[in-house]
Amino acid sequence: MGKRLKGFDVTVKDVSRAYGNFKALDDVSIEIRKGEFFSLLGPSGCGKTTLLRIIAGFDSPDNGVVLLDGKDILPLPPDKRQVNTVFQSYALFPHLSVYENVAFPLRLRKVPAGKLDAKVRDYLHLVQLDNHMDKKPSMLSGGQKQRVAIARALINEPSVLLLDEPLSALDAKLRQNLLVELDHLHDQIGITFIYVTHDQSEALSVSDRIAVMNQGKVLQIGTPYEIYESPATDFVARFIGETNLFPAVVKQCDPYEDYYMTTLDIPALGTEIKVTDYDNLAVGQHVSFTVRPEKLKITGHQPTRVGKDINLFRGIVEEPIYSGFQSKYYVSLENGTVIKVIQQHANYMDEGPDIDWKDQVFVSWSAEDGYIVEVVDS
Amino acid sequence: MNSHMQEKRGRRLGITYSAPMGLWLTFFFLVPLCIIILYSFLKKGLYGGVEWEFTLTAYRQMLNPNFMRVFLRTLWVAALSTVITITLALPCGYAMARSRHQVMWLALVIIPFWTNSLIRIYAWIAILSSEGFVNEALKALGVIGESLPLIYNQGAVITVLIYMYIPFAILPLFTTIDKFDFQLLEAARDLGASKPESIFKVLIPNIRSGIITAVIFTFIPIFGAYTVPLLVGGKDSYMIGNIIVDQVTKTRNWPLASAFSLVITVVSTIGVIWMMTSTASERARLKAPAQVVDANGGIS
Ligand SMILES: Nc1ncnc2c1ncn2[C@@H]1O[C@H](COP(=O)(O)OP(=O)(O)OP(=O)(O)O)[C@@H](O)[C@H]1O
Ligand SMILES: [Mg+2]
Repeated sequence: MGKRLKGFDVTVKDVSRAYGNFKALDDVSIEIRKGEFFSLLGPSGCGKTTLLRIIAGFDSPDNGVVLLDGKDILPLPPDKRQVNTVFQSYALFPHLSVYENVAFPLRLRKVPAGKLDAKVRDYLHLVQLDNHMDKKPSMLSGGQKQRVAIARALINEPSVLLLDEPLSALDAKLRQNLLVELDHLHDQIGITFIYVTHDQSEALSVSDRIAVMNQGKVLQIGTPYEIYESPATDFVARFIGETNLFPAVVKQCDPYEDYYMTTLDIPALGTEIKVTDYDNLAVGQHVSFTVRPEKLKITGHQPTRVGKDINLFRGIVEEPIYSGFQSKYYVSLENGTVIKVIQQHANYMDEGPDIDWKDQVFVSWSAEDGYIVEVVDS
Repeated sequence: MNSHMQEKRGRRLGITYSAPMGLWLTFFFLVPLCIIILYSFLKKGLYGGVEWEFTLTAYRQMLNPNFMRVFLRTLWVAALSTVITITLALPCGYAMARSRHQVMWLALVIIPFWTNSLIRIYAWIAILSSEGFVNEALKALGVIGESLPLIYNQGAVITVLIYMYIPFAILPLFTTIDKFDFQLLEAARDLGASKPESIFKVLIPNIRSGIITAVIFTFIPIFGAYTVPLLVGGKDSYMIGNIIVDQVTKTRNWPLASAFSLVITVVSTIGVIWMMTSTASERARLKAPAQVVDANGGIS
């Protein structure tokens, strides 16, 4: 179905929404580009649905503006906005068949019978439900319901599709499949998707850009890579993937090639470490230091040659967790601090992982793999 | 213990549970009904009662055009009052279901039942009569010079009937609307429906069973009403219920009274059957078991 629609950009500016004294949205500003697959990611209760409902028109902000294609849509009722929603619980009409659910928007607009039928079949085909059109929603599986909801939301040819955790009611395996389908669908029709999720792996795998939210605030907006590799705050670093995060104080900061080699004093590790950073940080500044577990190397024997930009620690394996393609180790360092290490098993191992519980190990990472998250004070 | 035996025991227990209900229905519904059917085919006794002689006289008398007029009027009054009652009860039930003070609203709907219905009808007489509140208030305000004829006519009958039976419509409507998923209305708005369209195309079809129950609960008692037309109606408001009372107490034609009672029972029964079949089919429509749903959600 060579269907390509026109996506609009969405601008959310200074939007706040309070319920009583509770700020569900606190001065939120986001610019979403035409045709983008944009995710709102954050823990439960952070205001994702509230923001989506404001864009759809079911709720209005206390202040701020929402622009669609440059035009203020806040005065418009939901039925007059070129935006459609896939609801978290699908909200399919139980009294109508699959076919009639999808035809519902067209019937409202009094589309002539022939054109209506062709279009409904077209969209049912798009979501691969050709064989289920006469069923009632109650007779469908979760994944099928979700696809009816998508077809129904798309048939009005909106410029923006809002998806509120559309996969959260499904099991993990199905979720993966549908996520890939959703991504294909987005590439195929080309409209803007605003995708709400609290699942960071979902957001990372399909989004063009992500806004990470917490407690009604947007903490960071960026590509999945930016968000993962250079989190803007401690919260983002912890929420996206796994990480080792420690408070630190800047000891020294010297130019090094085209960035700065920074020496941090980390009380939790009981020592100083080296990390490269683009900013010239003032000595004595308090910061957070993070290094992802998969960036750490773990060996059973002491590395013979250690470069000056390698941070090396000795420790005891407290808990090895084998999960097929990788192992995760909780390593207790000499001063008692526990650090997470993930080791990929790229090669076949005759006798299983060579590192075991209570083994003495060496953990190391290069200065380039660490990251300075947040300047705690100024 | 195998499940077959359990099932059998369950069925026997089921009979025990339903026995009191069955006895109740037999003594207070089935037996009187049989007596009515029997009496309607007997000869009228001179001072009331019946003589034990088979005859169709009562049914022949019923076809009298005057009686037919009353029958049609009763249908009309019942239908009109029911339509108005439901139209008023729907928004009430909706507002109650969406309100945060459901218990308070429910109490307010139920409180009038604490007062005897006759007293409530007399209250309406005090409100509507020529020296009643409404007329006196309008006169005091100078809106009218002479009392309006607000009572002893069909308008008064319909008004009071609506008042009497609206709680019976509100309660079933409230219960079904309360179970309704209001997000469906948002979905409808999202897909391009105006507010009225979302109500008529999504809410109403999904609360059909509640509407039908409300219709039955108001239409059947109104169809058999006699105190309201007797107390606040005029000559133009005589209804089947009044015929029955008059045939028993004044004309002493018990077979004819029985025949009219039977008419009310038949009309009511048709209504109940209609309600049961349509709610049953609705349930079948909505809750049909999933047939073939492939394990991976139908991804091919
Ligand atoms: N109508 C309301 N009245 C009062 N508080 C509300 C209302 N709607 C939402 N909230 C509050 O606002 C906050 C944000 O809610 P929202 O539904 O946007 O969260 P969310 O990010 O979508 O969470 P989830 O992932 O659980 O769906 C929550 O703490 C919630 O309790
Ligand atoms: Mg939500």
